[in-house]
Amino acid sequence: MSGFDVAALRREFPILVPGLHYLDNAATAQTPRAVLDALIAHETTHRANVLRGVYRLAEEATAAYHAARVELAGYVNARDPNEVVFTSGTTGAINLVAHGFGAALKPGDEIVISVLEHHSNIVPWQLLRDRAGVVLKALPVTLDGRIELAELPRLIGPRTRLVAVTHASNVTGAVTDVATVVAAARSVGAPVLLDGAQMAPHGPLDVQALGVDFYAFSGHKMFAPNGVGVLWGRAEVLAAMAPFQGGGEMIRRVTLARTEYADPPHRFEAGTPPIAQAVALAAAARWVRGLPAEAVHAHLRRLTERLLDGLAARGRVRVIGPTGLQGRLATVSFAVARVHPHDVCQILDARGVALRGGHHCAQPLMDALDLAGTARASLAPYNDDGDIDAFFAGLDDVLRRFP
Amino acid sequence: MSDDLYQAAILDLARQGAAATRLPHADATATVDNPLCGDRTTVDVTLAGGRIANIGYKTRGCALCQAAAALLATTAIGLDAPAIAVGTAAVTASLQDKGPDPMSPWEGFGIFTPVRRHPSRRSCVLLPFEALAKAFTAASAV
Repeated sequence: MSGFDVAALRREFPILVPGLHYLDNAATAQTPRAVLDALIAHETTHRANVLRGVYRLAEEATAAYHAARVELAGYVNARDPNEVVFTSGTTGAINLVAHGFGAALKPGDEIVISVLEHHSNIVPWQLLRDRAGVVLKALPVTLDGRIELAELPRLIGPRTRLVAVTHASNVTGAVTDVATVVAAARSVGAPVLLDGAQMAPHGPLDVQALGVDFYAFSGHKMFAPNGVGVLWGRAEVLAAMAPFQGGGEMIRRVTLARTEYADPPHRFEAGTPPIAQAVALAAAARWVRGLPAEAVHAHLRRLTERLLDGLAARGRVRVIGPTGLQGRLATVSFAVARVHPHDVCQILDARGVALRGGHHCAQPLMDALDLAGTARASLAPYNDDGDIDAFFAGLDDVLRRFP
Repeated sequence: MSDDLYQAAILDLARQGAAATRLPHADATATVDNPLCGDRTTVDVTLAGGRIANIGYKTRGCALCQAAAALLATTAIGLDAPAIAVGTAAVTASLQDKGPDPMSPWEGFGIFTPVRRHPSRRSCVLLPFEALAKAFTAASAV
């Protein structure tokens, strides 16, 4: 049994009409009514710019924006809300670090990433390499789609200035053993950035316990609107970083000769921030925290097991990633012999099953696995057995139509 | 004409496309990637008098891309660069919503008109055209 009322949970999501089997949550999760209500309430009663106006609406908007920062700080267990920087998303957060933290790096300094990364945690470092002369190294991937941590001692050395890896893969679902990464990085004094885009929706985090220095995640993957995300950064690391973008809100004093920058987090929030989105993201964080965590975990684990077992039972189908339930999220990629993932997804779409196919913005991983792409089912708490039934009915149709 | 994206005619062509081989002595080769899905097609050409004499190709792609490559490899034989450009434009237009059906010698691409309802899949059909144009240009420059 699921242990909680999935049907009731589904009713919180207006978009989940009968006949839609939404299994692309790793790309964008759907938004519950509580979050939509918070968004509309803010925009209809408190909408104004923040941090400048003295009129009532502006004060209310500023208070709501600050409250959102406090909520997100609690969600990641930050020591101080000022360690939470609102960004446009995970991509914006990592680019911020690549510029702000990267500004202090020198030619020959090294950054360690992995083959498992989303392009968002590869390309910003390549751009930094190209403009600053740093060296980019990549941890390889194991056959079951995990970062090959045994290679850490070989790749991390005295010139390592940052280790930037995913907390959980958007392709294989593999969860990274963060403690091992942090220990290796700490041995050479290097900070650690985690791409938490996939992990953050699965419940509150503890950045202090993780022992990392940066944590990036997106609103749209954790039941909030598009256009907002979070960079959490350790206070002393943020304080030492240069600004990324220049503009309003991020300054203390501007003259034509020079500018004195604001302290974090405002130093990194140039221009009008995504205020209503941040308020809605805070509502999403509250919503996630309100879920019965253990029951949701058991529910997703059971559905993931159904996926893994069902895929394994079909001879032409191969799971790309961990085949067991340990150390993985409810994100399952697979390849079907002689059928392209987009063809798989197209045929399932005709049955109302929303599935993602392609390289998932992880082309180096696809190259390493010698695949053009995979099809991927990624679950959220509102998925149910009917979704899994529809998925397998569609997959069997694929296998019939592409003998 | 079937409204089914995965009609038998397309799947038959896709099987031909999957079994295709490269040319051993091409005048030029071009490889293009579809950034949407990571599909890749490599097209080899030999020219004779400014017209396509032979086409070889290898496609790592979906059924639509494979089928389009197979059909293009036969349709384009004997055509010159302007004719290829006209055909590319005609097939591109035929994939748009309410687009015109392609005319001879491109009428075979009419099997792809169900793609009109799936805009994200149009680039699958057009990827081999892009590769062929690049290969043709490269061969003409030799």
